[in-house]
Amino acid sequence: MRETSVHTSLRASVPGVIPVLEAFLRHEVGKTGFRHVVFGLSGGIDSAVVAYLAVRALGAKYVHPVILPYRLSSAASLAHARLILEDLALPEQVIEITAQVDAYFANFPDASPLRRGNKMARERMSILFDQSADRQALVLGTSNKTELLLGYGTQFGDTASALNPIGDLYKTQIRELAACLGVPLPIREKAPSADLWEDQTDESELGFTYEVADAVLHLLIDERLSVQEVAIKSGCSVPLVEQIARRVRLNQYKRRMPLIAKLSSRTIGIDFRYPRDWGQ
Amino acid sequence: MTVMRVAMGQVSPVLGDVPANVDKHIQIAQMAYAQGAQLIVFPELGLTGYLLKDMTYEVARPLDHPDVQRLVAQSKDIDVLFSLVEESASHRFHISAVYASGGKIVHVHRKVYLPTYGLFEEGRHAAQGTDIKPFTAPTRPPAGVMICEDAWHPSVPYLLSVAGVDVLYVPAAGPGRALSGDPHSGSQQFWERLLRTYAQLFTCYVVFVNRVGFEDGVFFFGQSFAVGPDGEIIARSERIEEDMPIVDIDLSLLRRARYRTPLLRDEDVYLTQRILQRTLGSEG
Repeated sequence: MRETSVHTSLRASVPGVIPVLEAFLRHEVGKTGFRHVVFGLSGGIDSAVVAYLAVRALGAKYVHPVILPYRLSSAASLAHARLILEDLALPEQVIEITAQVDAYFANFPDASPLRRGNKMARERMSILFDQSADRQALVLGTSNKTELLLGYGTQFGDTASALNPIGDLYKTQIRELAACLGVPLPIREKAPSADLWEDQTDESELGFTYEVADAVLHLLIDERLSVQEVAIKSGCSVPLVEQIARRVRLNQYKRRMPLIAKLSSRTIGIDFRYPRDWGQ
Repeated sequence: MTVMRVAMGQVSPVLGDVPANVDKHIQIAQMAYAQGAQLIVFPELGLTGYLLKDMTYEVARPLDHPDVQRLVAQSKDIDVLFSLVEESASHRFHISAVYASGGKIVHVHRKVYLPTYGLFEEGRHAAQGTDIKPFTAPTRPPAGVMICEDAWHPSVPYLLSVAGVDVLYVPAAGPGRALSGDPHSGSQQFWERLLRTYAQLFTCYVVFVNRVGFEDGVFFFGQSFAVGPDGEIIARSERIEEDMPIVDIDLSLLRRARYRTPLLRDEDVYLTQRILQRTLGSEG
């Protein structure tokens, strides 16, 4: 997709968010009584951005990235993760998930790549929350707005976290932010991948590019245009815009807490309404 | 007194902890007093925090509550304009701003316009205020209070202006939207444009005190400022963290400004009244 005014305006405002995201991390981490943060470092651009933001906000001493490779994870991912650690002077911690994932799927040898990918994402989550307890560190989320809206993530896996500094930024905005933060070029230029199996890329799996997704999502969600209006303004076909809009709807469940059957006059999530910061 | 020194208490309240916020207000009021300020203005819901939801019921205080009176007592040294969830005798919960001076409450403004759209749900929890009037604290200029969204309705400063004010105080809990690609963004720039225009149109001073900090991921952008009667910004905080900018308000400038640009003299309130009555009569 060619560069459009939508992309230009999406990116133009990105540098201004850096001080806000730094303050977000300092305030919201501080309120909980924690000082440290922990998160999975994949070698991709999203967790790289989170690492750079966290170091700026809290200082390297309080930032604990964990590399969580599976035996099929690409060698480039590990190399890129190490590049980030080196650049930010962060210590390396690698926890392999191969043994536990393979032990489980030994019982289910015919399991689909999707099941395997979801299981890996949940193993990583489970490790991060254990590390959280061990280090007294809050788990940071690394899902961007594009993934969250499209539901391109594993529920209770990579979408689980305590705080997510980048969840209101589209992928193309993350790229701009990465450039502002000085994330090394190889990480910014490679094709985005969940790296759950060999040669997987997000864009081939989704069936459209992030440039397309971001322009369509921004016009649908933020600008509240109709499918027809989005198609005209983005230059995408109506069926493609409809497909993206449908994905957003179908994946709403991933963005919400489980439904509770309402029985009383004060039901959690319905009319028992407190901010999350209530407990801080 | 022609010059009044005003401190802007740009605080980050602790959500839901009234005693802790009273302590913080007192501490900052004392700092302002030490710097020669005659008045300190705190942001909207500085005693409670903003995203209260069901906590509204728990943090509400009647004005004679010891938590409130502890802060009011502080006004023996320095006037204090602060904001809380006020519970009326009939158990209505108002977002109120209280002006205390000489150890007493001089004026209470109950927020009239309660935003209930987008991220705001004030109307779900709070009762609407029903009065808009200026007040004059001892030895101070006549003033009016608009709490945040009140200022986005031009009738509010208009009514205060025609009743006579030299200073408009605007305690706010304004959320920032850092991405200006967002169509609802630029609330910061909007506040500045709006209040500079009011200051110039109503030839008065405007003091905007906005809170800082985060609640449930919502960012409050601070950047409190004061505007002179020529519409120029005379003091501001560049910070999105706690701060206490101080401004000297020279009331003698009002004489010059109102002679040079006599908008208040020429404002025809009777014409406004006639036309409003006709408009409402034909539609009501």
